[in-house]
Parts: sequence; structure tokens; C-alpha cells
Amino acid sequence: MIHKYKMYDTNIVLDINSGAVHVFDDAAYEVVDMYGTESKEQIIEALKTKFSGQDISDAYDEVSDLKSQGLLFSEDSYSDALAKWERKPVVKALCLHICHDCNLRCKYCFASTGSFGGQRTMMDAETGKRAIDFLIEKSAGRRNLEVDFFGGEPLMNFGVVKEIVEYARIREKEAGKNFRFTLTTNALLLNEDNKAFINKNMHNVVLSIDGRSETNDRMRPRMDGSGTYSSILPKIMDMAEARNQDNYYVRGTFTRENLDFSEDVLHLADQGFKQVSVEPVVAARDSGYDIREQDLDKLFSEYEKLAYEYVKRDREGKGFNFFHFMIDLQQGPCVIKRLGGCGSGHEYLAVTPEGDLYPCHQFVGDEKFKMGNIHQGDFDTSFQKDFQKSNVYTKKDCSQCWAKFYCSGGCAANAYQFNNDIDIPYKIGCELEKKRVECAIWIKTQE
Amino acid sequence: MKHIKTLNSATLKESLSHGGCGECQTSCQSACKTSCTVANQSCEKK
Repeated sequence: MIHKYKMYDTNIVLDINSGAVHVFDDAAYEVVDMYGTESKEQIIEALKTKFSGQDISDAYDEVSDLKSQGLLFSEDSYSDALAKWERKPVVKALCLHICHDCNLRCKYCFASTGSFGGQRTMMDAETGKRAIDFLIEKSAGRRNLEVDFFGGEPLMNFGVVKEIVEYARIREKEAGKNFRFTLTTNALLLNEDNKAFINKNMHNVVLSIDGRSETNDRMRPRMDGSGTYSSILPKIMDMAEARNQDNYYVRGTFTRENLDFSEDVLHLADQGFKQVSVEPVVAARDSGYDIREQDLDKLFSEYEKLAYEYVKRDREGKGFNFFHFMIDLQQGPCVIKRLGGCGSGHEYLAVTPEGDLYPCHQFVGDEKFKMGNIHQGDFDTSFQKDFQKSNVYTKKDCSQCWAKFYCSGGCAANAYQFNNDIDIPYKIGCELEKKRVECAIWIKTQE
Repeated sequence: MKHIKTLNSATLKESLSHGGCGECQTSCQSACKTSCTVANQSCEKK
């Protein structure tokens, strides 16, 4: 399978199964359409008014060379390999819902402004410690284990975060593990004390801000309705600087109320942030904020515009990282990782303040997906096996999609939310992901 | 080559022989939390 597209006059051809990326000139770009179905002579005849016979012949030979090297029209041999990789499920990452409450009332919040549709509760240290024990026990031979302190707003219960980290640091030594902690926060409660602890202990920090003040304040008000931009921006800037502009993300959400989201990304970059992620909202269909099919053309042009500016700024020495444009063509994840996806429901689980286990943070609150409880010691591994079995080949739409090894089948929670089936991907999410991948690869061609 | 510039080799096929250790970061732990992307993660072995 190949995928070809043109972006800003660059002809890009991807060989999906090998992962090879090529830039074609105009002659080769047309030759490849007919390669394999027409003879060389027929192709020369068909294109002779556009290109010289020599150019068409040479381009044809180059396509043939790449095919023989396994870099074009290569076979998909992974579905057979996948069977050999079936193994006992392992848990290696937890999202700890430290606090099912929040000091903001973000209009698009998938967590019902912190409560996840239930009571506003906080995790106690004992539950967090049992979660660490659970993770170590279920991680088998994996050394690197990840814990994200999530909410609601985890800084509202920061004492417990500290206790859990301190406990995990003791346990990792005796168990031969390496814990990497992440904290996701709206930044409102950041202060010198928690900043120092976070920077000493957290591998990554995700700092929520949506971009321009009007964008942020429209969607991310306090309980009294007042905006947060002017309060959080200096705190987030301070945190980013304290981390030497690395190992953090400023993380925003765009909705159909700011379809010109590239302006929000660039606004954040203009503030000096070097690690930026701004992502489409996950909102219920017809909630008013959800992205719709009629919005896609506008969003595609926004991604293209952003990609252009991204390259321009990089050349001017003012570059920044945009999470969805980051791609490593040489040493990205292995194909095994790419086949299986994000790991939700088997490698990655969420733990509620009460110790209930769910496939990921986005499934929390949906009782059908409750997998067990940390305190009661029950853990339904049949769920875990179902999620582990789900991969790009079990998803009909994915198996024929050129982007399958880049997105790895998409978000299971999105798929379930929109299609009631973790194996039927969320179409709008797919279209946006494909556009982002095209832009990310185009950026690579400009280096 | 005159007409085609190749940016990378068959990295996916090559990764089949040495991949699957599972030590790399879970994608949702990096930044996304709502929009799964895997190809922008790093290999732990690199």
C-alpha cells in the first residue's frame, strides 16, 4: 500500500508497510499511479506530452529500484507476526484520579467538571499506595512504570500526591522498577512549594491553557464564571522556565468555537513556550462544542497553515515543538507498538478515588467498563484481554487505512463514545489525525 | 536517484526484529489524554 499527497508543491509518497517516506518529482509522481498496471512503454506514451521519454523512463526505473529494495509497494507481513507476539497482559501505566473535583468549570470537560458523573471525592493515600502495589505486581518484567496524577484537579489533593510519590520511590528500589511520574494540572494552585516537588519528581507536567485569553476564558472559567488566563499564564511560564523549556507541555483544547486554533497554538509559542499541544475537543455529539464534518475543511487548512509557520519559525531560530507534528522517521516506536495502539484497558488503566479500575480515564464513570477495585483485589482480566486483542487488524476501517501505523487505531474511548464499539474508530478523529500525519511528514521533508 | 529522494529506510520492517519490549512511554501519558497518536512517541532503546 502506498499513500501519495501533495502539500505546498512537495510530492510525498509513503510506503505504508515499510515506513519509507519519499519525495517525488512531478514525473515520478505521475508514473507511480500507473506503475504495476501499465507497461513502461504504455506509461511513456500516456505521459509524453508532459515529460520527456527519458525522464519517464528514468522515473519508472527508480520506482522499480525502490520496489525491489522493499521501499515501495512492500507487502504487509505484520498480521502473521502479531500472532507470535500474543502474550500475557501486563499493566505498566496508571492514571490516578487523585481528585474527582475541580476548581474550574470548563464547559467542554469530558469529566463533568471533575466529578466524572459521580460524587466530588478525593483519593486517600492508602488507595494511591495500593495502586502502586497493584502496578508493581501486574507489571511482570517491565522496568519502566508510569503514573499520571490526574483529576479533576490533582493540586487540590497534593498532599496525597506527595505521599504516593514517596511510597513509590521506596517500592521501586526493592522491586527493581523505575517510576516516571506525570502531573496534569490547570495550574491555578501552582505555588513555590508544589513547584519544587513537581520539578524534583515529575518526569513530565501537562499544563492546561487553551491559547489566546478570549479562547481560554470562554471555555475555562472558575466556579464564579471569571476567566483564568491572566492568573495561570505567569504560573505556567514560570513552570516552563523552571523546567528549562523541556519535559512539559502546555496543553490546550480547541472546539468548534475556535476553529482558527492555529492562532491559539502560535499565541502560546509567542509567549515563549517550546512544548505545545493543542488538541480537538472530545465532546458529545451536538453538545455545541463538538467538531463536525462541516468543520473539517477549515481545520485541515488550519493544520496546513500551522505547519507552514512551524517550518518558517524553525528556520528563523524560533522553533517550537507541536505534539501532533512530532514524528521520528528513523527511530520512532517499533511496529509492535504501532499495531497495538495506546495500551488502554491492558497496559494502561485508570484508578478512581475509590480505587475502582477502568480501561482509561475516559471510561471512568461508565459502570459497564469497571474492571475491578484496588481494595477488593478483584481484577477482571477478560476485559484486559479484549482490549489487548484490539489492534489495527481487528478494526475493519483501520486495516485498509494508510495512516494505521501512525495513529495505531486511534482512541478506544472515542470509538466507544461515538460508535459503541472500541473497534469502530471515531471518523472525525481519524480525518484530523490523517491530516496531522500528512503535515508532520511534510515538515520532515523541509528539513 | 534523480527523480525520487528517500528520507528513511524500511524502519518498520527492521523494527520487527528488535521491537516489542514494551518499555516505551504509554502515549496518553505524554500530553494527549484525548487523541491517541503513537508515531510521535520515542523508542526506549534508541
